[in-house]
Amino acid sequence: MKYLILKKGRFNQFISLLSKKHKIMAPVNKGYNSSSFQEVTSGEEIALKYIPTILPPKKYFMPQYETILEYDTRWGQNMNAVVEYEKMLLFGVHTCDLAGIQVLNIVFSERPKDFNYLVRKNKILIIGLECNDYCDEYASCGMMHNTLPAGGFDLFFTDLGERFYVRVSTQEGDKIVEQVNVFEDATAEDQEALQDLREKKQKIFQNEVGIDYHDIPNLFEKSVESPVWLDLGKRCLACGNCTNVCPTCFCFNILDELNMDLKSGKRIRMWDSCQNEAFAKVAGGENFRKERAQRQRHRYYKKFKFNVDRYARFFCTGCGRCSRTCMAKISLKETLKQLVEENILK
Amino acid sequence: MRNMNLRESHYIIKKGTILRARNLTDLEKVFEIALEGGESLDHEPGQFVQVSLFGVGEAPISVCSSPTKRESFEICVRAVGKFTRALHKLEAGDELGIRGPFGKGFPVTILEGNDIIMIAGGLGIVPLRSLINYVIDNRRDFGRVNILLGFRTPSSMLFGEEVESWQERIDVEFSCTVDSVGEEQWRGNIGLITSLIPGVNLNPSHTFAAVVGPPIMYKYVLIELLRKKIPERQILVSLERRMKCGLGKCGHCQLEQYYCCKDGPVFRYDQIKGLKGAI
Repeated sequence: MKYLILKKGRFNQFISLLSKKHKIMAPVNKGYNSSSFQEVTSGEEIALKYIPTILPPKKYFMPQYETILEYDTRWGQNMNAVVEYEKMLLFGVHTCDLAGIQVLNIVFSERPKDFNYLVRKNKILIIGLECNDYCDEYASCGMMHNTLPAGGFDLFFTDLGERFYVRVSTQEGDKIVEQVNVFEDATAEDQEALQDLREKKQKIFQNEVGIDYHDIPNLFEKSVESPVWLDLGKRCLACGNCTNVCPTCFCFNILDELNMDLKSGKRIRMWDSCQNEAFAKVAGGENFRKERAQRQRHRYYKKFKFNVDRYARFFCTGCGRCSRTCMAKISLKETLKQLVEENILK
Repeated sequence: MRNMNLRESHYIIKKGTILRARNLTDLEKVFEIALEGGESLDHEPGQFVQVSLFGVGEAPISVCSSPTKRESFEICVRAVGKFTRALHKLEAGDELGIRGPFGKGFPVTILEGNDIIMIAGGLGIVPLRSLINYVIDNRRDFGRVNILLGFRTPSSMLFGEEVESWQERIDVEFSCTVDSVGEEQWRGNIGLITSLIPGVNLNPSHTFAAVVGPPIMYKYVLIELLRKKIPERQILVSLERRMKCGLGKCGHCQLEQYYCCKDGPVFRYDQIKGLKGAI
């Protein structure tokens, strides 16, 4: 591991030089306290203090819409498997979203492997950025243990006031450093400043719900029949916003699109949502999750139980996007608090 | 955005040619399919394939023939939606795409050496036919064999001639019932499929049950089988869910912690017992 310092005064130079070698995607302020990952060429464009972007960086790993096959039926069922990709460098990914990317990596690396995802993943460099402070009341990254860097990046930046503390985590990260020679070696003093910040953070980032990380699957085990799900079902509008903005929701649909010749076209994959009414409906008409309450329950169980059993990892990063975006004000933190309360009363 | 060809992708289809196509009823049609290059599908009874028609899409369809027949396989399709209606327009000589086989089928090697009771209701005969014919083709490897079939009406019975041939075998116990009879000729049982189970003579510790039918059927058939003291882990059910990718990823077929397309569609009853929404 290598530790460096980037003086704030040289940050713009860093991004400008880097943008000559890489297509850089970074959080950009969009007004109304919202931001979005998009292409930048200068440091001034980047929002260094931002709350989770509208869409997580998932969109680069698993595009909302992508071609998986190109077909031509003029002489039979002929096709080519394709992958769409773009070489890029993500700058400024928070620890919650790094955790989200790690979750997607696991899902799409599991056999049978998803080669479309894996090709794309290997073309993306990642520079993480530490949160020094809480973003807002919706986040639950404290409960989900996602406030500190835990891998998933090539470089990791921590803002220490007039300088960034930079952790070089991979060989690819070191190449970035070499390409843009604006760094200095970190000193013991810098190391101490980082420790001070981390200690301060421990006081700021508390468990938001008051249930121990390790007890969460157990809480869900006991909450299968909870009335909380019926309450969510009554409030939910089934719009699918919560799953669209989630950094770990990976459900998709596969559709064929025809070209104007009606012979050739492409098979595409696009984001889908378990909150849509027809998501689990089969051809015979049976709908296995007909009620909104069932679908909301399903969403929560995928985050906190099913996938935890399957992949030994929580599928909630605590980013708070689902609660921030919900038109019916369904709050993940509140839901968990209610479940905890119910279980204490039992 | 760049575009690159992928040599490896689980979305690549194998080409299949329809050797024969025949209508079973107004709604159901059977297709016999051979894969390109004489490749065998090599499926387990109870597995399914994704059938693809470019421009229309893909749909998960059970393989209804026994894997003992290697050179081709059969699917039986009810025309209910856009894809299946397009499929019904195909005839012998036409080409389609196949992905799979997918999922876990009936564990035939575990079933061998045991008595087996196979129960199908309605369209359930389609996937179960694969197991029934496998057992018949390997008849000596099994103990007592019971086949129980149920249909709504005599005219909705599928694979009539084949069903008759099962009935005529001396090495198979066979019974069939219909829920109701209209104007049709019917000399068999009338009543629900559950009414056939109490009369079956079986040794529960050595018996496996394989059940396929509409969602509503399982609950009542399971009650009868458990009453017969068949252990929960020896009852196998095939569950229908919406399978889009077949790879355990897209999420549509998820049943609590399981992906039906990958962990199923055939489950042991003890695996899914008590799972909300399973049965």
